Amino acid sequence: MDDTGVVIAFWALSLMTIGSALGVVAARNIIHAVVFLVASFLGLAGLYVTLSADFIAVAQMLIYVGAISILLLFAIVLTPRGSRDNAEGFLRLPALALGILVAAALIFAALDTEWAIADREGFDETASLIGDALLDKYALPFEIASVLLLVAVVGSIVLVRPEPIEEDE
Amino acid sequence: MNPVEILSVLLEGEWYDFRDLGNPIGELADQIKDWGAPEWVAYLVSTLLGSVGILLWAILSVLAFIWIERRVVALMQNRKGPNRVGPAGLLQPVADALKLLMKEAITTTGSDRILFWAAPIIIFVPTLAIFAIFPWGENMILADLNVGVLFLLAIAGINTPAVFLAGWSSNNKYALLGAMRTIGMLISYEIIQVLALLAPVLFVGSMRMADIVSWQHDNVWIILIQPLGLLAYIIAGAVEMNRSPADNAEAESEIVAGYHTEYGGIKFGFFYQGEYLAGFAIAAVIVTLYMGGWRLFGLEEWIPGWIIFLGKMYAVFFIYIWSRGTLPRLRIDQLMGFAWKFLLPLTIVNVLIVGMEVLIWRENELSAGEALPAIAVINLLLGLVLFAGWARFLGHGRGTQAASGAVLTQEIGAVFFKPATGTEMTN
Repeated sequence: MDDTGVVIAFWALSLMTIGSALGVVAARNIIHAVVFLVASFLGLAGLYVTLSADFIAVAQMLIYVGAISILLLFAIVLTPRGSRDNAEGFLRLPALALGILVAAALIFAALDTEWAIADREGFDETASLIGDALLDKYALPFEIASVLLLVAVVGSIVLVRPEPIEEDE
Repeated sequence: MNPVEILSVLLEGEWYDFRDLGNPIGELADQIKDWGAPEWVAYLVSTLLGSVGILLWAILSVLAFIWIERRVVALMQNRKGPNRVGPAGLLQPVADALKLLMKEAITTTGSDRILFWAAPIIIFVPTLAIFAIFPWGENMILADLNVGVLFLLAIAGINTPAVFLAGWSSNNKYALLGAMRTIGMLISYEIIQVLALLAPVLFVGSMRMADIVSWQHDNVWIILIQPLGLLAYIIAGAVEMNRSPADNAEAESEIVAGYHTEYGGIKFGFFYQGEYLAGFAIAAVIVTLYMGGWRLFGLEEWIPGWIIFLGKMYAVFFIYIWSRGTLPRLRIDQLMGFAWKFLLPLTIVNVLIVGMEVLIWRENELSAGEALPAIAVINLLLGLVLFAGWARFLGHGRGTQAASGAVLTQEIGAVFFKPATGTEMTN
């Protein structure tokens, strides 16, 4: 963090991430909220780059910006009334109070923790290290995750599979 | 000593060695550091110079190819093409660009103004960013990422929500339908792209573009050991850049012009240019990952690497011009079925085969000279067998095809004339 460029990048990206995260909550239009969310994801990917976690950064872009956002957009478009404005919430005050409480708890935890500062340089290349770890030490969780995804895919296909159309006459 | 060697001795390592444009910029960066500026200023200046260079190249190249493509397609279709504006129509793209710039910027009623303006830019900028990771020459890499191939796919993924924003914000049902269709196509073929690009990465063992190019220089062009993957990538690329036979995103007879129906003037210009740049990017990926990048059997000592790179890239792009001039558009269900039923199984099996080959190669510690010819022959034969066999299994390639019912049309209540039983439509 001594390099000026990294410091500038850190503050700019933090501003982008937090600003767009606020935009997600504040936006009246729910599609705008998704756009803000995408911007927030991108800022987070940038923060990963400043931490020299380039594989995670690119994976964040690939999965969250490219795929999850599309999932959200489709969910909004396919939900009746979903594409309308954010409804007037009668829970606004309780939500605000809860949000402030959560933020206070997080800030207290962040300030109170004694952060351990890593005493070595970042990895040059993380992709192959992550690959080794996934297929060696963490092979079982990795396989379980892929089986879970497979089940989800098959399940969704079974759910939306149309009845075969009756032949007329 | 022949003239070329004398030239090499004179130029080697000097800033005016324009065989590699990285030299002058690197020299400038060193100079800035000598003046006492911190390292990030030098980096910023050199990166900005590179970016401006790429932007200039992109704009000029697109302008040139508007004319080249229209003339070449006209030749293929026995027409004349644009030939009025300037000598042989050369000024036609300039006139087109001026027209787009001067047109009124229309925003449709009820559209989402901010997103309507933002969408063309969100589509254009990431496409430009792709060119940063290609090695244009030995030192001409703007961003030498060690996750280069993955970055490429991630950038292509950013375009997908932007397409939706363009279609949704237009407040036009054809635009929205077109956007949905385009997203479906892009996501389906993105999987094919990932699987196709996985094979070269497996062979090289690195996702860094420069490593892939030097591996191909040391061993063999990956096109020779990976023909099936290249074919899948070329097809997926045609969908990605929205070109015939996969230009369903703007099927005029069905959805007017797809997600950019409501766009005109310079906003449409951005979409148009973005589409072209995506085409160049796909061609550049094919060149870098499959055809040796900026190297050409030692010729790069004589000719600047970036000229070789551009030449190869335009040659690959010509394939797409060719297909646009000759092939008709597929139906959307045919296109999607082709991705999921045909290309997806083939590419998955292909990755499996490549993985096994690389494993056998590494485990037995064979030399590249022993392993690669065998791998080339095996992959070519297996590719042919898989391609033909799977097509036959799916019922294609026998010359006849039974007419299937138009399911969706029937569902919404249209009259559907079933062919009399026993008759088959012949090709």
